[in-house]
Amino acid sequence: MARYVLRRVLLALPALFGLVLLTFVLTRVIPGDPAAALAGDSATPAQIAEIRVKYGLDRPILEQALVHIRQVLTGDFGRSIFSGRPVTEEIAQRLPATLELTFAALFLATVIGIPLGLVAALNHNGPVDQLVRLLSVGGLAIASFWLALMLQLVFAMDLDILPLRGRVDVDLGLPPTVTGLATIDSLLAGRFDQFRDAIWHLVLPAVTLCLPGLASIARFTRSGMLEALQKDFVLYARAAGYGSFRLYTIYVLRNAVTATVTQIGLLFGALISGAVAVEAIYDWPGLGTYAVQAIVTADYKALLAVTLVVGVVYAVVNVLVDLAQALIDPRVAEDVR
Amino acid sequence: MMGATLARPLLSVENLAVHIRTDAGPARILDDVTLAVPKGGSLGVVGESGCGKSTLLRAILGILPGGATVPKGAVLFEGRDILADRGASARGRIGFIPQDPYLSLNPVFRAGDQILEVMRRHAPGSRRDHKEKLVELFRAVQLPDPGGALAKYPHQFSGGQRQRLLIAAALSCEPSLVVADEPTTALDVTTQREILAVLRQLIAERGLSLLFVTHDFGVLATVCDQVAVLYSGRVAETGPTRAVLDAPLHPYARMLLACHPDRATDLLGIPGTVPAATAQPPGCRFHPRCPQIHSGCPIEVPPMLPVGEARAVACPWHGEAARG
Repeated sequence: MARYVLRRVLLALPALFGLVLLTFVLTRVIPGDPAAALAGDSATPAQIAEIRVKYGLDRPILEQALVHIRQVLTGDFGRSIFSGRPVTEEIAQRLPATLELTFAALFLATVIGIPLGLVAALNHNGPVDQLVRLLSVGGLAIASFWLALMLQLVFAMDLDILPLRGRVDVDLGLPPTVTGLATIDSLLAGRFDQFRDAIWHLVLPAVTLCLPGLASIARFTRSGMLEALQKDFVLYARAAGYGSFRLYTIYVLRNAVTATVTQIGLLFGALISGAVAVEAIYDWPGLGTYAVQAIVTADYKALLAVTLVVGVVYAVVNVLVDLAQALIDPRVAEDVR
Repeated sequence: MMGATLARPLLSVENLAVHIRTDAGPARILDDVTLAVPKGGSLGVVGESGCGKSTLLRAILGILPGGATVPKGAVLFEGRDILADRGASARGRIGFIPQDPYLSLNPVFRAGDQILEVMRRHAPGSRRDHKEKLVELFRAVQLPDPGGALAKYPHQFSGGQRQRLLIAAALSCEPSLVVADEPTTALDVTTQREILAVLRQLIAERGLSLLFVTHDFGVLATVCDQVAVLYSGRVAETGPTRAVLDAPLHPYARMLLACHPDRATDLLGIPGTVPAATAQPPGCRFHPRCPQIHSGCPIEVPPMLPVGEARAVACPWHGEAARG
């Protein structure tokens, strides 16, 4: 098992290194001169040239790449071209908000999606199954920006039971930072008013973000269950006298969720990129809004850092997924020697 | 019939019919099947694929597939009709040994835990008692390293070992009846022998009854004292194993026995196939394949006719057939 985990981690490293190189190359081949963008519209060619020298943009591309790699490895992404503040600092501020939103969405998608898929499979082709199918097709088809606006209209404007936007109530503020996740930090600080506030602000964005994930988790669980239910061991377990609730919720489901777990890992990437639109609409101070701002201002340093951080998070999540697979199915760790 | 009239049989299947809804109309998988397993006795049910063996087992175990109906008949176990409650009242009292040891255990749970779960529900005692008892059973079925086996996953055992596990599982709740579905067909011949020996010994030691389903007369002869030959959802012949094997009465039984490589002078097989369950011929279901067909055969369903003390056959022409 330890060997398997080590192997998974080592396999993730070259992928991350590739990502570092790729992001660097990408920012250099896309049109737009960062020096010109930095200097502003009214800059003279001399000013642009000065900035180019100042930021090392005049150096040979290979040297720039090496400098870039060294900086990335030390966690130094330089200063934002737009704000002038260290990018690492800005990202450290934004990342927890996005992670909190993404985890909340993933949590909702999982705890709702898996039971839905389970119930649908047990009602194969029955009315519940049809309903779940409708829901999952809808979940995948509905555009998140539209859903976000509708939810805002109904729950924030008409019913006025949930906040329209933002992450915290201005009067209450954020709890002292420990993990950076407002929900957990407020609990750690014993501030239940802040906790409630954090949850309240999370609901709409998390619901919006979770829907496509929920849909695909439900579908994967359903098909995994349908496949697992055909297995001989289910029949044997029934003959041997397993209770049916335990049989389906634990015994068969554990076989069925391996595909779902893989899907959850893949979903994580989709959730983070999906967060861009959702964050923008709900004015969520996360990585998504930061990325949008970086794109608009051609802040390639910030963009590069965002891409890398998302890549690292994605890689970590997928190592965790591999680990979960091995915990669910003991054969996984043994087969991959 | 079958010398079990004195004592009430442990398990009796009475006039059981099982139909399954299909797109082509109801499939009459079982039609008026009557069988009995006496206390301490062993009955082998033998027949080709498609004769209804599996459905019979599933009816007894209370796991008939969806779409199955039971238009008539009963399955009595220890005097109670267990069809009505889908075998619930007999859980733990009937131990089941499945056909395929590779596919019958859930790969993602420890084999021991899977058996312990069944014991938790159907055997008295604490988890510790159950574990102790299971290790003892593992020893009894001659599983190597009985103590360590509890912590292992199914894929860490060989096929023969898994079948030993499943025998232990079948005995774990101290059943009075063991039902085995061709438990050795998935194994190689030498392993088959060992497994059958273990099974026979445990059944005898514990005074259990056995219902053994197989298509292999050779295996049957080593485990069962009574036999019932099933053809296309009906019982063709019943009697003591020795007598039936030595001198089968029903034409189908004779031909089936003649197919067995140990006995066959030349391997002929039986012309034709078991009829589809949706399109069974009228009268005697074997008549299209029968070499001794008479004019009444396609019309009248032959009743079970007693022959001597312990045998019965569903063929009015069996005397002629036996001579012929």
